[in-house]
Amino acid sequence: MRLEKCWFCSSTVYPGHGIQFVRNDAKIFRFCRSKCHKNFKMKRNPRKVKWTKAYRRVHGKDMTQDSTFEFERKRNRPERYDRNLAESVLKAIPKIDKIRVTREERHHKNRMKGNKEKLLKEAVKELEQGISLVKAPSVLQQDPSLTLPKIKVKVSQQQSEETPAMEE
Amino acid sequence: MVQYNFKKITVVPNGKDFVDIILSRTQRQTPTVVHKGYAISRLRQFYMRKVKYTQQNFHDKLSTIIDEFPRLDDIHPFYGDLLHVLYNKDHYKLALGQINTARNLIGKIAKDYVKLLKYGDSLYRCKCLKVAALGRMCTVIKRIGPSLAYLEQVRQHMARLPSIDPNTRTILICGYPNVGKSSFINKITRADVDVQPYAFTTKSLFVGHTDYKYLRYQVIDTPGILDRPFEDRNIIEMCSITALAHLRAAILFFLDISGSCGYSIAQQAALFHSIKSLFMNKPLIIVCNKTDLQPLDGISEEDMKLVMEMKSEALKTIIAQGGEATNDDSVLLTMSTLTEEGVIAVKNAACDRLLNQRVEIKMKSKKMNDCLNRFHVAVPKPRDQKDRPPCIPAAVLEAKAKEAAEKEKRKTEKDLEEENGGAGVYSMNLRKHYILANDEWKNDVLPEILDGHNVYDFIDPDILHRVEELEREEGMREAEAEDDDFEIDGTELTPEQQEALAEIRKKKSLLIQQHRIKKGNAENRPTVPRKFDKDKQYTSERMGRQLSSLGLDPTLAIKRMRSRSASTRGRKRERSPESRSADGRDGMDIDGDTPSKKQRLSRSLSRSRSVSRPPHEVVPGEGFKDSAQKVKAIKLAKKSVKKRNKDARRGEADRVIPTLKPKHLYSGKRSSGKTDRR
Repeated sequence: MRLEKCWFCSSTVYPGHGIQFVRNDAKIFRFCRSKCHKNFKMKRNPRKVKWTKAYRRVHGKDMTQDSTFEFERKRNRPERYDRNLAESVLKAIPKIDKIRVTREERHHKNRMKGNKEKLLKEAVKELEQGISLVKAPSVLQQDPSLTLPKIKVKVSQQQSEETPAMEE
Repeated sequence: MVQYNFKKITVVPNGKDFVDIILSRTQRQTPTVVHKGYAISRLRQFYMRKVKYTQQNFHDKLSTIIDEFPRLDDIHPFYGDLLHVLYNKDHYKLALGQINTARNLIGKIAKDYVKLLKYGDSLYRCKCLKVAALGRMCTVIKRIGPSLAYLEQVRQHMARLPSIDPNTRTILICGYPNVGKSSFINKITRADVDVQPYAFTTKSLFVGHTDYKYLRYQVIDTPGILDRPFEDRNIIEMCSITALAHLRAAILFFLDISGSCGYSIAQQAALFHSIKSLFMNKPLIIVCNKTDLQPLDGISEEDMKLVMEMKSEALKTIIAQGGEATNDDSVLLTMSTLTEEGVIAVKNAACDRLLNQRVEIKMKSKKMNDCLNRFHVAVPKPRDQKDRPPCIPAAVLEAKAKEAAEKEKRKTEKDLEEENGGAGVYSMNLRKHYILANDEWKNDVLPEILDGHNVYDFIDPDILHRVEELEREEGMREAEAEDDDFEIDGTELTPEQQEALAEIRKKKSLLIQQHRIKKGNAENRPTVPRKFDKDKQYTSERMGRQLSSLGLDPTLAIKRMRSRSASTRGRKRERSPESRSADGRDGMDIDGDTPSKKQRLSRSLSRSRSVSRPPHEVVPGEGFKDSAQKVKAIKLAKKSVKKRNKDARRGEADRVIPTLKPKHLYSGKRSSGKTDRR
């Protein structure tokens, strides 16, 4: 029993799931679900389909090369069973996983580093353009600071407590 | 063997038919169309092909004839002589020779004419040459017509010859005509030979087969032989003579004791003596037939003497072979085919004699000696009486004994399985025989899958070291990462700015939501001018609120709006918002119906929620004066329908098919297709 990787989206295919397609040249394509299978039949390139791991790797969204990946390698020659070895392996797997996950997070953080500046710029621009929605230009001329005008409902004194939040 | 395939010779056509066959084949199998205007090489090729094709066919057919007819020198002398007797060797050879020369002549003709055709310069010339060539070939065949006819006759007769195997066990029956040879063969075999009172009923050889001691014997019936000098014999007699001469068979010489064949014993004896040279080296039995008419003992003395002479001659043949001279009875036998006494005895005697002779000959021949030599087993001569059994070392004996014991004692897996409940219940522990460093580990269960990984992919003898290294590395990286973690962000928005931004965004999202709702129900919403707004959103209060939220003073704007609206409507009094009570229900409002506070508040919530209207509420586009009118109208409508509904009658809204069989659907033909569905 083995967990395989889906050829299209690179997610794990558990036993009892998915479809395996064997081509005439004896190459095997495993799919985790019909979505991937149908995409394959449409001859779509997974490197161009946004939600696949292949795309993410190619476009640098996810970590590509790392030493943690080398721990997991398909071995063709079986090793003779050794209880100590088996124990250490079983203990090591979660450790490796944890390290891999932290590294991936770091990679993501690195990728998102320049975001704050960008957001700031956008916010400033939005403020500049949209201030007229909450403060009339004539009022802005008089009071150039961005403090919002206090609502003074002179129409009816009793209703002065009404906050504009209830209105459209 | 060629001897037996006389039936497989192909039919020899006569001259005219032969020519017809070949010429028609040429006409069919070669191209027929040719025109004057073709290139000369093409014309020449066309006619050459015809000539060559004809020659080839003639050659093939004549060759088959020559090959299939047997060569008299190559076959068994018995058949050679037989064919000579029947068909005359010389005539036969001449006929075949003529066929051969015809074949060669045709080849030459074809060669010559092909040479001439190479230089033919017109269609007509080539055609004439071809006609001449074919004509000459056909005349050749015409000339050999008689030979072909003769060969055809021969072939037909040969096909009907009896299939005699000259090498197997054969019994030959000979004697004067009418002595009872055919009756005898009828008795012992399944042959159905003609038996008639006149002489020469049997005109050719007949073969029957009989079994004796699990062996098959050929019995050949010959036509009668008369006592004549050799040269005067006719073809029929010659057949039997040939058989006698060439077949290595047991010979039964039939003697008619009663003389009812028309010939006396003396004559028969004379015949015997004249052909006794033919009986050399063949087991001979003299059979006295027709004993029912005349028993052997009852014949005259002279006849008896003659018979005894014959018997002695027969005995001589036995002695010549080297057998004993004691079996008197196997040389001279009596029988009667009519009463069937002694028939079997004769057959048995003949078969025995023949078999013995053949076996002896085989034994003497070289082949047998070779076989016998191979079977020789050399046994050393014992030099004394001491017993010398084979020597087996003691170790080997012990080992053998131990193995035998082990085989009985060792418990197999199958036994174990049977003990524990049989095949379905117990399954063998395959891990029992694992070779591991520590035997305790044999029954360990290692999971194959852990946390979405295949465990086998991780198994590595030095995994511990690598994991340690990895962790160390990770620790270092973390330390580095902590250093650059502080991202000092120079500029940030002030709280005021943040507030303003939040406000802007909220407003924008509200606008977008409103727009989406508007877009969504645009199809179903009546486009009504703003003065009829049903939800009372476009009020002066609202305008005031909105303007003041932007920071502007709305009083002037409201006043202006109010004054304008009052003048267009022609109201008597100028309504002021102060006079409105807190409850809301204060007589008439701008648009007639005063919404209750509940309604107002419920509707004054965000427009993103659509609100359902009570049925009596008048929508401006509908055309009602007030809600009372609307309610009445609704009631009238319902009343008009009530009775019909109660009667469960078809109403206006129920589907109606005006015509059940409209003509345009039920008539007319289709341009393509069937009209079996309407």
